[in-house]
Amino acid sequence: MIQAFAFYLFAGLMILSAGLTITARNPVHSVLWLILAFFNAAGLMLLLGAEFIAMLLVIVYVGAVAVLFLFVVMMLDIDFAELRAGFTRYLGIGSVLAVALAAEIVIAVAVHSAGPIELSNRIGPTPATISNVQAIGELLYTRYLYVFEAAGLVLLVAMIGAIVLTHRTRRDDRAQNASRQIARRPHEATRLVNQPVGEGVEL
Amino acid sequence: MDYAQNLLITLPELILSIGAIALMMVAAFAGDGSTRTVGWIAVVLLVLAGIAATHAPASLNLPILGFENWGSAFGGLYKADAFSAFSKVLIYGSAAVAIIAGPDFFERRGGRLRAEYPVLILLSSVGMGMMVSASDLLTLYVGLELQSLAGYVLASFMRRDARSAEAGLKYFVLGALASGILLYGITLLYGFTGTTQFDTLATIVGAGPLSTGMLFGLVFALAGIAFKISAVPFHMWTPDVYEGAPTPVTTFFASAPKMAAMGLMIRLAVEAMGPAYESWRQIVIFSALASIVLGAVAAIGQKSIKRLLAYSTINNIGFALIGLAAVQPGRPDGVASVMTYMAIYLVMTVGSFLVVLQMRDSEGNNVETIASLSGLSRNHPGLAAAFAIFMFSLAGVPPLLGFWAKFVVFDAAVKAGLWPLAAIGIAASVISAFYYLMIVKTMYFDEPAPAYHRVESRIEGGLIAATALAVSPLGYFLIPALGLFSTQAAQALF
Repeated sequence: MIQAFAFYLFAGLMILSAGLTITARNPVHSVLWLILAFFNAAGLMLLLGAEFIAMLLVIVYVGAVAVLFLFVVMMLDIDFAELRAGFTRYLGIGSVLAVALAAEIVIAVAVHSAGPIELSNRIGPTPATISNVQAIGELLYTRYLYVFEAAGLVLLVAMIGAIVLTHRTRRDDRAQNASRQIARRPHEATRLVNQPVGEGVEL
Repeated sequence: MDYAQNLLITLPELILSIGAIALMMVAAFAGDGSTRTVGWIAVVLLVLAGIAATHAPASLNLPILGFENWGSAFGGLYKADAFSAFSKVLIYGSAAVAIIAGPDFFERRGGRLRAEYPVLILLSSVGMGMMVSASDLLTLYVGLELQSLAGYVLASFMRRDARSAEAGLKYFVLGALASGILLYGITLLYGFTGTTQFDTLATIVGAGPLSTGMLFGLVFALAGIAFKISAVPFHMWTPDVYEGAPTPVTTFFASAPKMAAMGLMIRLAVEAMGPAYESWRQIVIFSALASIVLGAVAAIGQKSIKRLLAYSTINNIGFALIGLAAVQPGRPDGVASVMTYMAIYLVMTVGSFLVVLQMRDSEGNNVETIASLSGLSRNHPGLAAAFAIFMFSLAGVPPLLGFWAKFVVFDAAVKAGLWPLAAIGIAASVISAFYYLMIVKTMYFDEPAPAYHRVESRIEGGLIAATALAVSPLGYFLIPALGLFSTQAAQALF
């Protein structure tokens, strides 16, 4: 019972926040809604008994979104004074959201301890005896080793691509050139000047 | 099966990926001056991988080469058989041509070609090899992604050129969307069947009627792959990307990835979804007809030869899909006709793009307008003759090999009882003949435009001559071998 309630709670909130992500005018708000959407997705994963994926979702996606958030803050001209100005005005709705999020966490934990949701037609059963992490690890590095390695190649291509498309050699490069330093002779580097008194120095 | 044996079955990918990583180090330390060397080593690696794909050694102890030693590796994730071998030879061949054609083009555009170009094509070839060897939805997806990701980078390889950057961005955004659609389809298929392996999928699909969820999954997966083969209605990116990408890269896009994605589509349709052929057949028929008609009609008004060839690709993919529509359980001739079609299509397309690479004004700058081809027969009779051969062949005019490709496909369709499909295909090929013949007319009967720069590269000239000879009537000597190999390839799937 509590599982079904939690499912509709998480799913409904997720759709709502996903919609708000794309309709919000302020990019910072968009990012915040996106984070809420990810939290709800993690709740759905918990419901399915996949706690490892739920944690990954929070750590990887919310973490990545935090970085994205930084980029948004850096690249867009957002007036933070104006954002902060409405602190008391938005205090009400803000605390409601905070309480909702806190309630969700409590519900998620309660649901997780009550056991995974009973799907009517579950084709891939979750092994009861071993933990999620162990199950994934055992498959990832044995049965799916080939695709795992190939995924590594995909990342390699991404890295090469990023370097090829953005890297360039700068002409005013100040990198140290050791051979040029060693090959330098005193007469190239210093000069004796017979400086007349009262005149400017020619350098 | 021990681990070494698994690795040996995937030898072509192993050669290419280890080679690519090694060449990447060479490129990093030797700099852009090493592009040509790296390129030639890459071509040698592609040849070796092709040999490894066709002659898989049985085990480490028994280094005897033979065709019998194909098999399934890594617990059914990967499969080496006659089908994958046939496709891989074509893919690696086209990739090698794209590598060879690269350096001259980029040097004419000012600046050296970066040494990562051959490396990226090699890595893309690894992905394409995985695609045609996929016997699991996971391998399918990762292979496709590896191929596409390298493709996005290659499309925007001339990063200072606005059109190239635009092509790369467009390709990337639309490709990411297509990957999303494909992945959604895969999750649905997995969710409703509980497996990602093709053979188990086929068993489950064959056990009963297709559930709505599986049907949705199938439609989404086919839509994602249709994007990669640029079949209508997922073709919109093709003309823009072909036009904007550097011409050697366009040569690559029009050839190897098309073959790989077509191989992937056949594997998915026949191996995984074979028993449900009535469900996917209508999708394939629609896509085939729409591609043929749109490819024929939309090409007529084009001014740029690269855009025209892009529509020609769409058109040709439609014809190849007719062969796929003719596939029925236990009848491999539909698949065999697609393989024959794709092999001949690759030769014609690579040849045409090599000619496009020679289209340079007197100062050596590349030109792409069809009008600049006027009177080519008087300035460059050889080039004009070769291009005319490709155009006639693409149009399917009888003495040339392109006719045979279309004939085989229509023959398979008629044998499968798809009379209307074949009839519409023939009618549309008459429409498409119009613009191919327009080009021939422009080259032979119009007043000469300023002459092109002479063909500098002997290798490219030789490749043009070789491909032109292959699709000329002399190519009919190749038909027995081609027929045998494509039948073997098709039978491997049944």
